[in-house]
Amino acid sequence: MAQIIKLKDKDTDFLEKIMELSGEQITLCEQCGTCSAGCPFVSEMDINPSQIMRLVMLGQESVMDSKTMWICASCFTCTVRCPRKLDLSKVSEALRQVTLRGAIDEIDIKEISDEEALKLPTIAVVGSFRKFTG
Amino acid sequence: MAEKQKMIKVYLTGELFEVPEGSTIMMALEYAGFQLKQGIGCREGYCGACATVYREKGDYKLKGGLACQTVVSEGMAITQIPSVPAEKPVYDLNDLTPDVGTFTKLFPSVFRCVSCNTCTKACPQDIEVMDYIQAIIRGDLAKAADISFDCIRCGLCAMRCPAEIVQYDNATLARRLYGKYLAKKSPELEKRIEEIKEGKYDKDIKELKEMPHDELSKIYYKREIKIS
Amino acid sequence: MKIPYFPGCTLKTTAQNFEMSAIESAKKIGIEFIELPRWNCCGVVASLTSDDLMRHLAPVRNFIRVQEMNKQGLVKNENRLLTLCSMCYNTLSLSNLRMKNEADDLQKINDFMHREEENYDGNIEVVHFLSILEEMGFDKLAQKITKPLKDLKVASYYGCMLLRPKEVGIDDAEAPAILENFVKSLKAETVDWDAGSRCCGSYHTVNNVDIVYNLVKGIILDARKNGAEAIITSCPLCAFNLDVRQSEIKKDNPDFQTIPIFYFTQLMGIALGLDKKAVGLEFNKIDTEDILKKKKLI
Repeated sequence: MAQIIKLKDKDTDFLEKIMELSGEQITLCEQCGTCSAGCPFVSEMDINPSQIMRLVMLGQESVMDSKTMWICASCFTCTVRCPRKLDLSKVSEALRQVTLRGAIDEIDIKEISDEEALKLPTIAVVGSFRKFTG
Repeated sequence: MAEKQKMIKVYLTGELFEVPEGSTIMMALEYAGFQLKQGIGCREGYCGACATVYREKGDYKLKGGLACQTVVSEGMAITQIPSVPAEKPVYDLNDLTPDVGTFTKLFPSVFRCVSCNTCTKACPQDIEVMDYIQAIIRGDLAKAADISFDCIRCGLCAMRCPAEIVQYDNATLARRLYGKYLAKKSPELEKRIEEIKEGKYDKDIKELKEMPHDELSKIYYKREIKIS
Repeated sequence: MKIPYFPGCTLKTTAQNFEMSAIESAKKIGIEFIELPRWNCCGVVASLTSDDLMRHLAPVRNFIRVQEMNKQGLVKNENRLLTLCSMCYNTLSLSNLRMKNEADDLQKINDFMHREEENYDGNIEVVHFLSILEEMGFDKLAQKITKPLKDLKVASYYGCMLLRPKEVGIDDAEAPAILENFVKSLKAETVDWDAGSRCCGSYHTVNNVDIVYNLVKGIILDARKNGAEAIITSCPLCAFNLDVRQSEIKKDNPDFQTIPIFYFTQLMGIALGLDKKAVGLEFNKIDTEDILKKKKLI
């Protein structure tokens, strides 16, 4: 789906912030789409991983409204396949951190039902809280 | 004439005061004219009501202590923490199981621990707070109960925790679960409870209740304490 | 051989079957796990930002414990830290890599723990039990097998954390063989399938279980399609999703054909002659005994 984006001067601020947090040279992305093609979660995402890369590259803060970075579970499938050796897991983490560092949690840790609380392994709970709470 | 008391300068809640050297923080606050309505408690280091944070002159460390036990030093900056805001879940111990799932249910924030050890460093009781939190995370409630035994719930751990865990409430639940479900049953305790029910100590209790304050204080300080 | 061992939180709670089967199996081949006297939850998922150093504290504290164990004589000149759980392996390894590669970060962490801990010197190696077995030689393991898992068709489920990212993977990220070699050493049959390193949905099991149901269904169907009778894993989170969540799928879809999920050490234990209790089969949710009885293994 084509989308027309008008660039503003301050758009590079967002790109620079995400590049610094992730440590990834996002501008190297050549939009080949390998990440999106291999992502086991892509059907759950509202924007494909490669599209996220492009939007970040263009400094579009609107990506923060996407659910994609919250769906990414850092499985590193894209990371090992990127021909530009970019680590998209780190980009997702950086995007999550921008929200979490604003003291906004993605989940309510009290939402776990009593039945699930007694069943869930610690590893799941710790992992979820690390990724979804700041 | 008594020797003149040496005075030192301290900052109490941001304001400079001169207070007698050797005072505890609580004495210094009262000397400076603060009317303490909260955060006082037993004045004996037992109850944990008078949590305080302070920085000593020239030291970057933010330290925690009990106002009734910590002696002031020249240039110290002090703030009282009269209460710690904490959400306290209500539970019926009879409905709970002594395992990690109970903590997922009641205190999910415990799983946010990042092992920074700030809680341990803040504890005026020298408890390895991080270690009991870690024990809870792996479901070892006996260990958590044991490590946290001396906790007086002053709340300094919870005030400093970057993961926003309320450590002392977790510890209390761990000890309760341990006591109810995991600890070896004590026949001596059962026997003593029976004796109390039968009224064996009614006379002694009545005597203590009617005792004048001075006398009660005297026998309190003369009591034997067994330290094992 | 005595080796420092990091269990991780879940092996002490819902994955006790993993720990008990591993410890008992290891004993049978002369490896003794020495649990760290004190340890911290590794954090489960690695911190992936450039600046969030606080989350590397827990791994580093565990590395310092290994240094101490050597000084205390609990182990001799052993700089390896053994893990069983894939997620612990991955998180500890990634932190360790960062500490080895970024001297400034290591310095900051050591400074932060000043007066609490001795310095981490950056010399610990995080290893997974499978790598220890591989190093020892799968042929050697094969010689110690007393009950060959004959005719049992086993699909090797690597998941993510054993293989990716490449810097810490225990085998090739796209064409791994270590689990298959392990399966062959137990005299079981390997299964050629597609879903062996496809994510199970991980921690989404807490707040978005539908994602996990979808992925687990896909993984189980692929295993079935390729003739698997059992799936092995080394991750307690994969095991939870594949085992417990699979049983929930079955409950909602009675026609769904389940497959038993084992920790790789459980099958190893059986092959080494341990009984079903010693490998903790009663902790597995989907029935594991039918297939083992059918193959006359228990």
